[in-house]
Amino acid sequence: MNGYLRQDGRKGIRNVLLVAYLVECAHHVSREIAVQTRDQDVQLIGFSGCYPNAYAQGLMERLCTHPNVGGVLLVSLGCEGFNRHRLAESIRESGRPVQTLVIQERGGTRKTIQEGTDWIRAARTELEGVPRTPFDWSDLIVGTVCGGSDGTSGISANPAVGGAFDIMVGRGSTCIFEETGELIGCEAHMAGRAITPQLGQALVESVHKAARYYTTMGHGSFAPGNADGGLTTQEEKSLGAYAKSGFGPIHGLIRPGETTPAPGLYLMDVVPDGEVRFGFPNINDTSENIEMIASGAHLILFTTGRGSVVGSAISPVIKVCGNPETYRRMQDDMDVNAGAILEGTATLPQVSAQIVDLVEAVASGAQSASESLGHQEFVLTYKTFEASGPACLPLA
Amino acid sequence: MQSEAAQLAHMHAVLLLHPDDNVVVVCRAVTAGETVDMAGVPLLVRTSVGVGHKLARQALKAGDRVRRYGAPIGSMTQDAAAGEHVHLHNLQSDYLHTYTLDSGNAFVAEATPTGEDHL
Repeated sequence: MNGYLRQDGRKGIRNVLLVAYLVECAHHVSREIAVQTRDQDVQLIGFSGCYPNAYAQGLMERLCTHPNVGGVLLVSLGCEGFNRHRLAESIRESGRPVQTLVIQERGGTRKTIQEGTDWIRAARTELEGVPRTPFDWSDLIVGTVCGGSDGTSGISANPAVGGAFDIMVGRGSTCIFEETGELIGCEAHMAGRAITPQLGQALVESVHKAARYYTTMGHGSFAPGNADGGLTTQEEKSLGAYAKSGFGPIHGLIRPGETTPAPGLYLMDVVPDGEVRFGFPNINDTSENIEMIASGAHLILFTTGRGSVVGSAISPVIKVCGNPETYRRMQDDMDVNAGAILEGTATLPQVSAQIVDLVEAVASGAQSASESLGHQEFVLTYKTFEASGPACLPLA
Repeated sequence: MQSEAAQLAHMHAVLLLHPDDNVVVVCRAVTAGETVDMAGVPLLVRTSVGVGHKLARQALKAGDRVRRYGAPIGSMTQDAAAGEHVHLHNLQSDYLHTYTLDSGNAFVAEATPTGEDHL
């Protein structure tokens, strides 16, 4: 594999330019800049809210300095609450080209779009000089998310990704799974996989927090349709999602945007701390992808049964489809047919190996299906987190 | 061109997800009375069920913890013979009695089985 070496020493598998709006009022101008320069490998991200939020500020800093990102154009209206100075400074400190355009100061929409497109073209020329570097399995960070699930996800696509995780962790990679709300019932088993009893306790507490949070929201995870599809209990449904984590030891518990100090397998605790506020923890699958990317994921293994089509800004998304009928119907959107396990034309280890091979290809520059179709979904909402305690992280 | 039925006959009927499991998962519709291959061992299907449902891999007794993916998914409330459907009528969650939408924050630590039981 061949990566891009950043001045902060991290290695990426893509060399994208970001246009980032810092309030919804700057979204249109930013989108126009990105659309007019889409041949320059430009992607659009942003935060819509006008009120400041430490989580959103932190995630934007992590995303704009992600190893797959080469440079960033920040677009501010001028009066929003987002701290554009701090964001620009963190990007500059990482050694990346950064420019801030304040629409109110630049003289409005048309002039800002013109300046923005000019800057993007100059920055792309500069990024062509980013040095290439060997990219090893130990450099790789992979996240996994499931969405658009059906009764097949937990018996084909999810365990196939779990097998791929076991292989990649064995090669020294960092793998992250998530959604503590869909791990209710798995906490004791997870605790048994933790590398320390203290981490095991922290894993249990993260799931209990999720159970309390979702109960307050009045929205449970087990629906009548799950029973129709053969699922009997909450813990059985959770285990379907849990299967994405494989069978190896769990090395740590991180919150969104926190980095992994050493290779291994990590759980991401996506449920906010403190009292319930700002609504559901993750409003859609994309918010899960983005949190994993903020913690450094170079790519995402996304499992589906019903047939999700989403990709992501910043990091490629690889689709693993558990339902063979969905795969045939939506083949253009899928990368791996894990439904072959159900039809007896491939074994679980074969599909896991196929996923690992595809990770290697995509990390080497091949486009995933969603990437080639132009999917670059992005969303960022309000949340509140405390920093993870020392029991959650392995020693670097 | 094979008929659909002939193609189905070549598909695996059940999946054993983990060697420690005491249930298998059906990956094509199966019919009571047919014998299917279960990882090299024949299993007589006693209940007709559809894709995604579970059959007992071996005789199960009330109180037995059911394992899928090598992990517990609940406990049997009545006995089941090998090849019998395992679902809402004979399997219950070890959690649902404390985790419901109507009982406030009733998901509490004391309801969590001990790690030893679970593993």
